[in-house]
This record gives sequence, C-alpha cells and structure tokens, in this order.
Amino acid sequence: MSQELLNTIVEKVNKTVGKEVLFFKPAEDEEQTEEKEEVEETAKLNFGKPMIILDSGDWNLTLAKMLRDDSDLGFDFLSCVTGVDYDEHMEVIYNLYNSEKIYYLYVKVKTPREKASVVSVESVWKSADYMEREIYDLLGIDFPGHWNLKRILLQDEWEGHPLRKDYVTDKKALGLD
Amino acid sequence: MSIKTETMTLNMGPQHPSTHGVFRLLVEVDGETITKAEPIMGYLHRGSEKLAERFLYTQFIPYTDRLDYMNAMTNNYVYCSAIERLLEWEVPERAEYLRVIVMELNRIASHLVWWGTYLLDIGALSPFLYAFRDRDHCLDLLNEISGARMTFNYVRIGGVKWDAPEGWVDRVKEKVKVLRENINEYDTLVTGNEIFQSRTIGVGKLSKEQILDWGISGPLARASGLKMDVRKDEPYSVYDRFDFDIPTREEGDVYARYKVRIDELYESLKIIEQACEQIPDGDIITKKGQRIMMIKPPAGEAYTRAEASKGEIGVYAISNGKNKPYRIKLRRPSFVNVAILQDLLVGQNIQNLVAIFGSLDIVLGEVDA
Repeated sequence: MSQELLNTIVEKVNKTVGKEVLFFKPAEDEEQTEEKEEVEETAKLNFGKPMIILDSGDWNLTLAKMLRDDSDLGFDFLSCVTGVDYDEHMEVIYNLYNSEKIYYLYVKVKTPREKASVVSVESVWKSADYMEREIYDLLGIDFPGHWNLKRILLQDEWEGHPLRKDYVTDKKALGLD
Repeated sequence: MSIKTETMTLNMGPQHPSTHGVFRLLVEVDGETITKAEPIMGYLHRGSEKLAERFLYTQFIPYTDRLDYMNAMTNNYVYCSAIERLLEWEVPERAEYLRVIVMELNRIASHLVWWGTYLLDIGALSPFLYAFRDRDHCLDLLNEISGARMTFNYVRIGGVKWDAPEGWVDRVKEKVKVLRENINEYDTLVTGNEIFQSRTIGVGKLSKEQILDWGISGPLARASGLKMDVRKDEPYSVYDRFDFDIPTREEGDVYARYKVRIDELYESLKIIEQACEQIPDGDIITKKGQRIMMIKPPAGEAYTRAEASKGEIGVYAISNGKNKPYRIKLRRPSFVNVAILQDLLVGQNIQNLVAIFGSLDIVLGEVDA
C-alpha cells in the first residue's frame, strides 16, 4: 500500500512542480550502473514509509498546500520538523500524517550549507511555528516567510548555532575548562 | 467623551507556581481580557540533542529520562526503539511485555501528578495528597524493578536492563486492584464538584481544526474529538495484543481534558492486567544488546514514535555507521503543545489563564530539552 501511495505522491508532486523532480531508482542495468552511480533516487520507502527528497528551490507553499489539501493525500498533520547538518549540505525533514487514514510521508528538503534557507510552511501547518524556530536557533537555517523567526531555546545574544557540525564549543565560557 | 484605556503587559514567571518549572508567559491584557500571549522558554535548555552526538548509543539513554521526567519510561523506550529499528533487531517477548507494564505504570503516575497539581493550581488542596499516595504505589513498583523512582534508565537497546524480581508481577496485579478502587474515589472527590465544574466546563475550548493545525497530540487531541493514539494508529511494542479503548470527548474544553485523562487511567490499568496475564518467560535482552560498545547501526535514518502521557513522542535517529549517533532529533510533545497558548489564550479572561495553562500538562524538562 505504501508503494501505491508513493506512486501517487510522485505523480502529483511532479505535476505541481511542472517537471520531473521525483524519480525512483533507475532499473538495474549492468552496463549502466557505473555511469548512473551518481544519481540518487528522490522517492523511496524508508522502513516502509514514503520519503521524498526535494531541492529547496522546488519546495514551495503551493506544493505544501497541495500535499495538505489534495483529496487523495490530505496530509493535514505536521508532526515533526528535523534539521540536519550534513557536511556538504543541510536538510530539513518534515514528518507529515494524514490523521484520518493514517498515511505517512517524509519530505526531505535539501539546502546548501552557505546561506541555508527553506521556505517556511508555518502558514500551512501552524505546528511548524516553534519547530522551525528551534531549527533556526540550533542549526541556523533561515525560514523566509516565518512570522516570528527568532531564537527560542538559547538566549538572544548567543553566538553561533550549536548543532552545526563546525560549531566550536567555547568551554571556557561555559565554565568547563 | 470616551475614557482613554490602554493595554497592560503582564509578566508571568519564570518563577510562577503554576508552571511547575521555569517558564515565562508574557501576556497583554485589555481590562481582564487577554489580547496577546507569548510563551518564552529555554531556561532549562541542556542541549540534549547536541549531547547525543558525543555519546555512545547506550550512553544517551539516561539523558532521555530527563526530558519528560514524569514519564521517563516512554522516553527510554522510544529512543531505544529508534535505534532498534536502525539495527533491525528483534526484541525478546518478555522484554516487550516488561516495557509495556512499566510504560503504563509510568503513564498512570504521570497522569496522577497532573491530576494532583492541576487541582492544586485551581485551588483544591486535598486531591494532591490522594494523587501522590496513589502515584507512590506505581513508583514503588518501578523502583523495585529499575532501582530508581523517576529517572529509571531501564530500557536498553535490544531489551531491558533488569528482569522482574520474584513476585513482582503478582504485586503489580494486586496494586492494579488497589489503584482501581482509589481512582473511583476521585470522581466522588472532585469530578462532580460544582465549583470545579464551573471553573472548567466551557473554558479554553480547542476545535478539531486547531488541534490538527497546531500539531497537538495526546489527551488534548482526544478531548477535542480526534481519535488519535499511537498505540492504536501504529501499534508499537506488543500493544496490538491488548484489548483497550481510546477515551475521547467532543467538547474540547478543560473539563473534557480532565475526563479523558481520568478515563485513560482505567485503560492503562486494563492494559497492565492483560500484560501481567500474558507475560511469557524468557530472555530480557538480545545477546548483541549486552555488548554496548559494539552497537553500531548501519548508515540510515529512522523515525519511531510512541504515545507518551503528553502526546506523541518521537525520535528521528540518523546514523552514519559509527558507534555514536550522527543526529538525534527529539520530538517532544510538550514543546509542540505549548505553542497553542499563543492562539488559545487570546480572548480569554485572565482568571482562566492558570486553569487553561495547567490543563495542557506540559513538563518544562521536555519543552526545553
């Protein structure tokens, strides 16, 4: 069932964006495997649940609203927003549910490390309000369109974003040295 | 001639008895009506997610105890289950049953703390004493099996740390009977009380739309008519083997939240009874799980969730194949639920502030992580 759902999602997302942003792993072809090694599939099942990977340029509010309002998908519940710092790029992961049919979807949005920025979905799912602020606070990813983007856990005058992999802990300032 | 009026900004906290922790609420009032509310948090931030990246997988378990310290067993469990999913390990059945029993005992303890302190907040002193009397029944049992009363550090990746001491399961069965009797008393003590009802019925209403929009889960969602419970929606551990109901109410007010929590106590007791009947003999941890230095999940990512007493608790674990996590994201229900205050308090009377705020049942250790 998850595979069918994923197919529907891929079809609808590609249609909304207007180009083929999502695709499955190319069929195993021995001659071509070496050439195609670089290509990463952008739609897959992660432990049995659909996961799509998008570039921050393709992720926008129209797409988010489509995921929420489409009668087949209806992802009306945004449960969790995760920010991750990979050394080459950053990612924001949205966990979406359909609260009636209990569907799941992970949306991964990739953004470059320098000037990391992902459009805020706070106007689509209110629950993104605090979770995006938390990611901004700890990872320094900008969320344009957020109504109140400021630090939430650390104090306002804190320098740097601790969950970035290149963050240097100032042990002296923390009284650890 | 009109009288010139202006709004007043009122600062509640960070040290305020009703927060049961350090939490600040900036409220703007026009006369007695709240026009704006801004929660300010972070006073208890310990950087749990940052710390996780520095420890071995097992070493982080005690830190999860300190998120929602009222419901530490579920925190333990959800973290371990995320790592188990990455490792694709099977957990021995006896361990799963022990996990369910301790998690449900802990849920009862957590709801009782809420029940006692909430009534204390709105001016009833004696329920607190009843709640803590009964909570101690649960904590004694948990103490016996884990060696701690609140920060248990009991669940391990691949199982649990200790087997049940001799006769423990029978003692749990006896205590369930005692608890059921005692909880019946609560209704006669508080639920029917006229003052209590007039302070809670129709106060702080949340609609279904608000619940979905703000990502609210747990008893708050169920009190607004949404039948959402991870134990039923996506059964984890061995929850699919028990017969229990999900109490829901349609009203969405403070009283409905109160009733849902009271009803949940009975359901938890039901689950414990069934688990005590069904529990098999056998191992309590997988062989591999005992070699904690060797736990190295393959590169990948997994999200697991569980039903904590406050709502959906989740862990997004990302591994890069080393013996320390690459990233642990903790989805803390209190942190998500507390955001609703910005919306919920507007238009309410200032006298209802504590009654509404208390009904959310947030724990600051979890809000601030």
